[in-house]
Amino acid sequence: MAAADELAFHEFEEATNLLAETPGAATTSRSDQLTSPGHVAVAVGSGSSYGAEDPEEEEGDRTALLQEEKPQPGFWTFGYYQSFFDVDTSQVLDRIKGSLLPRPGHNFVRHHLRNRPDLYGPFWICATLAFVLAVTGNLTLVLAQRRDPSIHYSPQFHKVTVAGITIYCYSWLVPLALWGFLRWRQGVRERVGPYSFLETVCVYGYSLFVFIPTVVLWLIPVPWLQWLFGALALALSAAGLVLTLWPVVREDTRLVAAALLSTVVLLHALLAMGCKLYFFQPLPPEQVAPPAHVTSVVLHTQLPPTVARSVATS
Amino acid sequence: MAEVAESPADRGTASPRPLFAGLSDISISQDIPIEGEITIPMRSRSREFDSSTLNESVQNTIMRDLKAVGKKFMHVLYPRKSNTLLRDWDLWGPLILCVTLALMLQRGSVDSEKDGGPQFAEVFVIVWFGAVTITLNSKLLGGNISFFQSLCVLGYCILPLTVAMLICRLVLLAEQGPINFMVRLFVVVVMFAWSIVASTAFLADSQPPNRKALAVYPVFLFYFVISWMILTFTPQ
Repeated sequence: MAAADELAFHEFEEATNLLAETPGAATTSRSDQLTSPGHVAVAVGSGSSYGAEDPEEEEGDRTALLQEEKPQPGFWTFGYYQSFFDVDTSQVLDRIKGSLLPRPGHNFVRHHLRNRPDLYGPFWICATLAFVLAVTGNLTLVLAQRRDPSIHYSPQFHKVTVAGITIYCYSWLVPLALWGFLRWRQGVRERVGPYSFLETVCVYGYSLFVFIPTVVLWLIPVPWLQWLFGALALALSAAGLVLTLWPVVREDTRLVAAALLSTVVLLHALLAMGCKLYFFQPLPPEQVAPPAHVTSVVLHTQLPPTVARSVATS
Repeated sequence: MAEVAESPADRGTASPRPLFAGLSDISISQDIPIEGEITIPMRSRSREFDSSTLNESVQNTIMRDLKAVGKKFMHVLYPRKSNTLLRDWDLWGPLILCVTLALMLQRGSVDSEKDGGPQFAEVFVIVWFGAVTITLNSKLLGGNISFFQSLCVLGYCILPLTVAMLICRLVLLAEQGPINFMVRLFVVVVMFAWSIVASTAFLADSQPPNRKALAVYPVFLFYFVISWMILTFTPQ
């Protein structure tokens, strides 16, 4: 089977390059027939455990072919929504890896989504991020209270609601606006092929994954380290978004392309900074009211390393 | 209401004659109206059964449901691969557990509501909408478990965390301090792991093998959030 794999590997590269150059070409079904998700995983390079799954991949090929021929069920049926959750564990992990390490040659939508977006990733990544934000924001309050007992600790459960609403609105409304804008420009330029709405939602959803470990690392009470981690996460995430949008946008005028990409990056940066400032700002004590940033700086510098280490290991 | 087919001789208006006397002499020259009801014995027996549960005392009914709930609690506390939870699902247990948990997580509303812990409605919403979301997720991924069976399993597996909440409240009666926190953390972590193991034992088999992790991760997140709510509870 090694020879057949080699042949399939080269074919996949050509097909994907063709797709990347002419994203509007109506080759989605053909591309799905040329390769299977298993070969996608091999191409990306994470071929650790896929050798054992060959019979399942062949069956996946056959079912994928059969699915392509079936008509799309109506949106009022359960099967319609089931088609958006048609992913395996390995596919989700592969997509997450692809969003964590954006590479200039590999378009996330073409290489990883394979024109089959899913809703599982965006939904659960946003849910995880919302809860992790609220939990770690509360943990910083615990750490701050350890040093300064005058701070009143409370579970601050309303932050879960705020985090959830913010993250979900961002991850659904911004792709909606982006998709609408790209379709409008498509009408102006008479080109086919911006990404579908679900693919845009997928791109944004998976790009938020890098913030989950970053938020956990923000527990370390060293201010410059926090800003460094934030900048790193923002760079990775925004790079993924820009590299995905670049093939669609580069045909447009320079002004529109630059404006669109800078707006996307700016919104992403606003989200990151807003989360950092809102969830990781310890409350000033009730009786005294110093400025908030002075309090946070004072508290962070007051935490001696030994206490921080013992709290971190508890 | 079992009735036997009545012969015309049993009607009140007929003249009293011994039964079937002179039957051999009867020549039917006129229509003899026959009335009555014919019932099949089996049906009458089932009707008897229905009426017996209708007429039984309230204590019997409640005890029967309570015993079913208690049996399922035992299955959760000692999780084995059995189908009892799945076959006869009921939502009484999850309701009892959710209400208990929400009541215990409530603080007095003395302090400002903005900064407080979760209110009763928030706990309720998180538990039930979280369970519904996980069930929908499991069904959308292609699992072959029914909606209410999954709700039943997820609700019953909150039992270890409710026990943890009870223990935490007792521990909090002692003086506060790092040892207090360590004990509570240990108890909550152990019960969290127990909940995950119990629910995975029931739910994991219903998913195709290449999607098990996708279906189990939301369960992990759900119990993690509930454990977090329990751990950060501070009485005031």
